[in-house]
Amino acid sequence: MSQKRQGGYAPFLIPGIVASLAVIVVPLVMTVGISFTKWNGVTDPQWIGFDNYTRLFGDANFWGSFGHILLLIVAMAVIPTLLGLVLAAVLFDYVAKVVGDRWARILRSGFYLPQVLPVAVTGIVWVWILHPSYGALNRILDSIGLGSLGRDWLGDPDWALLSVMFVMIWFQLGYPVVMFMAGLQRIDPELYEAADLDGASWWQRFRAITVKLIRPELYVVLVTTTIAALKIFGQVYVLTKGGPSNATLVPSYFAWQNYFQKAQVGYGSAISTVLTVIIVILAFVFLRLQNRESAK
Amino acid sequence: MTIVTAPPELDKTDTSTRPRRSRARWIILAVLLVLCLLVVAPILVVVLNAFKTPADYASNGPLSIPESISFQGIVDFWERVDFTRKLLNSLVTALSVAVLGVLLSVLNAYALGIGRVRGRVWFLVFFLVANLLPQEVLVYPLYYISKALYLYDSPVAIIIIFTVIQSAFGTYLLSSVYDEFPRELLDAAAVDGAGKWRTLFGVVVPVSMPTLGVLFTFFFIWTWNEFFLPLIFLVSADNQTVPVALAVLQGDRLMDATATSASALVGILPAVLFFLIFQRTLTRGIAAGAIK
Repeated sequence: MSQKRQGGYAPFLIPGIVASLAVIVVPLVMTVGISFTKWNGVTDPQWIGFDNYTRLFGDANFWGSFGHILLLIVAMAVIPTLLGLVLAAVLFDYVAKVVGDRWARILRSGFYLPQVLPVAVTGIVWVWILHPSYGALNRILDSIGLGSLGRDWLGDPDWALLSVMFVMIWFQLGYPVVMFMAGLQRIDPELYEAADLDGASWWQRFRAITVKLIRPELYVVLVTTTIAALKIFGQVYVLTKGGPSNATLVPSYFAWQNYFQKAQVGYGSAISTVLTVIIVILAFVFLRLQNRESAK
Repeated sequence: MTIVTAPPELDKTDTSTRPRRSRARWIILAVLLVLCLLVVAPILVVVLNAFKTPADYASNGPLSIPESISFQGIVDFWERVDFTRKLLNSLVTALSVAVLGVLLSVLNAYALGIGRVRGRVWFLVFFLVANLLPQEVLVYPLYYISKALYLYDSPVAIIIIFTVIQSAFGTYLLSSVYDEFPRELLDAAAVDGAGKWRTLFGVVVPVSMPTLGVLFTFFFIWTWNEFFLPLIFLVSADNQTVPVALAVLQGDRLMDATATSASALVGILPAVLFFLIFQRTLTRGIAAGAIK
């Protein structure tokens, strides 16, 4: 019986293969091909070999955009993961037990809310809150006598990236909280009880049990948030348009500019190709690490 | 980072520490509440100001309670951008992608997870990588091809593209679920003489409905919130989705503080609504590893 089941399933894969070829494989190959040409999107592309790539490695904006991404990884992956770990642990084994499950759930939803709103819309909200003249933040600072701290948060080159980082922490925090709380549910309560009997402190328990047992979730959160940081576009488009004077330029916005504003499709394709290679390598490194970890 | 930094035992049931415990309990709860309020604050500020008149905002600032509830900002904005139209565009796109994306994921996962077709590992690697790709690396050829096919500035192009992109994730997730699909059920269907199609829609789909529900919810919300491709593909006002319409209007001379709040409120409300409706599915889905 099980022999008979082996064959004949291939037809079910046909729509998927056709669709993936048209929407993913062909465009991907085309972009890589275009990255070796000079093309304005209208006339015939002109083969120029690796010229786009050599230009890329000498382009201060390219290096700048990847430098900004490193800081955005801190804001989108590192800080939310650390904060989320503590918040999830406190919510799960303190608030839920001592104050009540209900409160833990309400707080969790609150932290998660920014994740379900369209990034373009929350971006608009932040642009308004951070606006130099009529924005809520400067108004608040004024009203509590700290008006001198007010500034053009998104328009000042020294502050723009920090402001974007802050918005991204706000946006991202709820995801690790939800993931880690889900992971914590897996942990056998007896482990905690045993630790309590041994007189372990909350912090010892946190490090020895909590962090250790939700390793899988930690990996997933770190990979997905790091990749999300590398891909960031919408927030930057709405918050700063990469400015002021490229202070918040990121690779995907840089590529978009070259595609649709500067008509340098070849150059934009080279940027996208480099970004893609970095993401895929990073994902596989993470997967290897995770496999090695779970093999232990 | 050793025991020295450890706080006093918070959870021990030693009665002598009771007063300290209850104080610590309130402090922790207060800190969490403040943090949570800070996270929700921007949304609250939007709600507060969406119902103000521009004059009220100018004289009383962003944090005051509105002098009177005014729907003028919302109504003005709604009519000016024909918001009903944008809502419909978003709804049609997100629904179509959710339905078609789940269907395509099911077909793929049926062949890969249950059928274990030859080369399945490579297909799975492909779908994993497809799921990782930044949209920037696909966008220009897609833009070029859709122009050649007269699909540019049409929701059809967006629906097709997102169906495939979302189903890459769905296939990956669902294949691992179908991997563990109870063989007895498949055998029973085979004994009953059911063909592969009947087994799929009569047994596999009904049994895996909870997972499909999670996928559907995620596809819907992701597509609703998508920005990059709709921004590029849906250029005319009649075709824009909600996020694109709002982002394009940003910086418009008519968009003062109250109009911005009003627009943000109508942009946020549908998402909050889905969040409340699908909350259980979402948390279950995130727990199941349905993440992006």
